[in-house]
Amino acid sequence: MNTVVADITYRAMLGRKRIWLLILLPVALVALAALLRLINGQDEQTAVTLMKSFAIGTMLPLLGLIAGTGVIAPEIEDGTIIHLLAKPISRPVIAVTKFVVAASLIAVLAAVSTYAAAYLLIGSESGVAAGFTLGAVLGGVAYAAVFLLLGVLTRHAVAVGVIYALVWEGVVGGYVPGARKFSIQQWAQSLADQISSSPFFSTEVTLGFAVPAMVVVTVVAVVWTGRRLRSLSIAGDD
Amino acid sequence: MTTTSSPVTTRQGVLELTQVSRWYGNVVAVNDVTMTIGPGVTGLLGPNGAGKSTLLHMMAGFLAPSSGTATLDGRRIWHNHEIYRQIGLVPEKEAVYGFLTGWQFVLSSARLHGLPSPADAARRALDLVEMTDASSRRIETYSKGMRQRVKVAAALVHDPQVLLLDEPFNGMDPRQRLHLMDLVRRMGEEGRTILFSSHILEEVERVANHIEVLVAGRHAASGDYREIRRRMADRPHLFRVRSSDDRRLAAALIGDPCSSAVSLTEQGVEVQVTDYARFTALLPRTARDLGVHLWQVSPTDEDLESVFSYLISGSSR
Repeated sequence: MNTVVADITYRAMLGRKRIWLLILLPVALVALAALLRLINGQDEQTAVTLMKSFAIGTMLPLLGLIAGTGVIAPEIEDGTIIHLLAKPISRPVIAVTKFVVAASLIAVLAAVSTYAAAYLLIGSESGVAAGFTLGAVLGGVAYAAVFLLLGVLTRHAVAVGVIYALVWEGVVGGYVPGARKFSIQQWAQSLADQISSSPFFSTEVTLGFAVPAMVVVTVVAVVWTGRRLRSLSIAGDD
Repeated sequence: MTTTSSPVTTRQGVLELTQVSRWYGNVVAVNDVTMTIGPGVTGLLGPNGAGKSTLLHMMAGFLAPSSGTATLDGRRIWHNHEIYRQIGLVPEKEAVYGFLTGWQFVLSSARLHGLPSPADAARRALDLVEMTDASSRRIETYSKGMRQRVKVAAALVHDPQVLLLDEPFNGMDPRQRLHLMDLVRRMGEEGRTILFSSHILEEVERVANHIEVLVAGRHAASGDYREIRRRMADRPHLFRVRSSDDRRLAAALIGDPCSSAVSLTEQGVEVQVTDYARFTALLPRTARDLGVHLWQVSPTDEDLESVFSYLISGSSR
């Protein structure tokens, strides 16, 4: 972890237009929850559906995409990354720092908005708010690592990330039973299910699989990012 | 071709490329280049697309040679982040963190290098490039030349032994250019190894005491700039002359050994000149003696491409 790299990365993420992209979805989640509360009143089933489909199913992967790729891909694209790489700092340290920045941004935004939305709908009932908040935080950390890796693997990280988030996580992970085991979204829901006692919610992936899977995916993605950064080629304008 | 630049008295800051090639798919960007860059200022000269940036990026550790080796004081450059304690790099790309002020940018560079007094080092570097007054402004408000100078300050902040600059004078106004040229010259005299790329010969000869010429990815020439200059002047030139009597002028010119071929075309007389100095003195004198008026005298192959092509054909002979 390098504090100067972290400082520059936080400034890049929070000091410009990207912050509006980051807070758009969390604000939409809370606004939607407030609207549903006004229309439906206190309804646990509505709360669980909103948490599953919007908080974990939509907001989390998109936040992961924006923050995970955003902490590194634009710098590689425009060449500013040279300022960080042409220094006597090991590339894996830079990768870990970028990951910490992305993960912390996603975790904070996802946690605050998920808890606030669920609390607005049903308070602390059945542990829905706490459960989904935990799922969102840990799922967000895994997404940060995966999208960070995408950011250094391809120049089309956002396009590939959207396809991954929508097709794999949204369609395949949601509807193909066997593929659910390999979906960050499902792992996040599995964590939420551990705390929540809601009868409207159950998951297929066991905690015994979800937690190790999350840890392995996160660690492998960050280590791979470090290795990729070590061999990152930056050509001139010949 | 193996060459050595200005005398290397110590083994500090010596960049060595040994049979280095770099290709992208079927395209060869740098082809079997061997060169040694020692202390002093070396200009890497070549037309656009010659492979200068590719070569510089391999020396800076941002590209792996497809074959051959690139070392700094005997240590491999690729996959070795410790070399950045010795190297300062000014990339050609203009992009810098626009949301930082000049001061924050250079200070961050000092901190990333882990310097003991980063603020002092940043102040010194900004002062060196005359950017102290503008350092509190965000970089996104800077002109191209100011961005270039702040990048130079960030590259110099750790007082590197080796400084690599990719087209450093691009976008600078004449005063800024002269100032940076003076700075580069001074640092070279202090014993640093400085390599900068350029496609402008005049720029290189004003600063560098040694020139490496790259053409189409190949190492075309190497040596003192006066030698390169002489070889450029001595190459055969093709002149087109329009006059009041082309035929008489052509007959007179073919009789002198300074020209190897003279032909009459619809556009005038084309003269293949082998002795540039003699021809430029002979032509006006001959025209005066013959009573022929000269309407136009123009070199037809003075573009850099043809100059470099001549050098590379000479180097392969």
